Amino acid sequence: MHRFANPARFLKIARPLTAWLFWPGLVLLLTGAACGLFVTPADYLQGDTVRILYIHVPAAWLGMGGWTGIAIAALMQLVWRHPLASIAGRAIAMPGAFFTAICLITGSIWGRPTWGTWWEWDGRMTSMLVLLFLYLGYIALANASARQGNGGVSPVTAIFGLVGAINIPIINRSVVWWNSLHQGPSITLRGSSIDGALLWPLGFTLIGFTLLFAAIVLMRMRAILAQNKIEARMQRLARG
Amino acid sequence: MNQWAFVIGAYALTFLGTGLISLLSWRAMQGAESRASADRP
Repeated sequence: MHRFANPARFLKIARPLTAWLFWPGLVLLLTGAACGLFVTPADYLQGDTVRILYIHVPAAWLGMGGWTGIAIAALMQLVWRHPLASIAGRAIAMPGAFFTAICLITGSIWGRPTWGTWWEWDGRMTSMLVLLFLYLGYIALANASARQGNGGVSPVTAIFGLVGAINIPIINRSVVWWNSLHQGPSITLRGSSIDGALLWPLGFTLIGFTLLFAAIVLMRMRAILAQNKIEARMQRLARG
Repeated sequence: MNQWAFVIGAYALTFLGTGLISLLSWRAMQGAESRASADRP
């Protein structure tokens, strides 16, 4: 990973990669959503509301995946002092918080016709809400410390990112550990309990949203690196 | 209860939000990169 520690080398790869991730991601996402809305059959119990699955599951995956990314970046920042790791952590935070919020909102919209309630304080929903609060705290800490260093996050913010990762396995296991309105794990390493006729568009939206997420993170990293360049030049000018 | 109203609401919110965060990130990147290259001596 230290091969990419040089921002110039990173930018050489990130510039074309942003478009290569964004446009295929958008095509896959729109294809999956269109198939999920108009091609797959309605569920025999839930009816058409099951179609929310194709956006809710990728949002949950990216909310949790985003924080996992923050924790990995924090580890690289604290242990290996990788210069881009703190910038990556800061760049992931906003899209991660966004997809966590989307997961909560689409889950709530799905819950109303399926469970008869918008919200229930059970393990899965509460731990996901805690993840959103963790993101908001991380963003506030990151913004407060961004101008002290290279535009990335401070070591204290990185430690917060690392400690907050304890919530990820809690979210994952919450439907097993506690009674919940939320269904149990339906997609595991051993297979899926969702019928294949309903499942296949999920692959498109899952990969599509993930590629878009990666493109957004690269855009935000490029913005921070360009901002660093401007500020370094201004400081040089101020010194004369 | 019209189930499609819930489905359309969820999709509209997700796509509008994803479009907005993509646009804001792209604008921030474009703005910063063009300022960084314009200021170059």
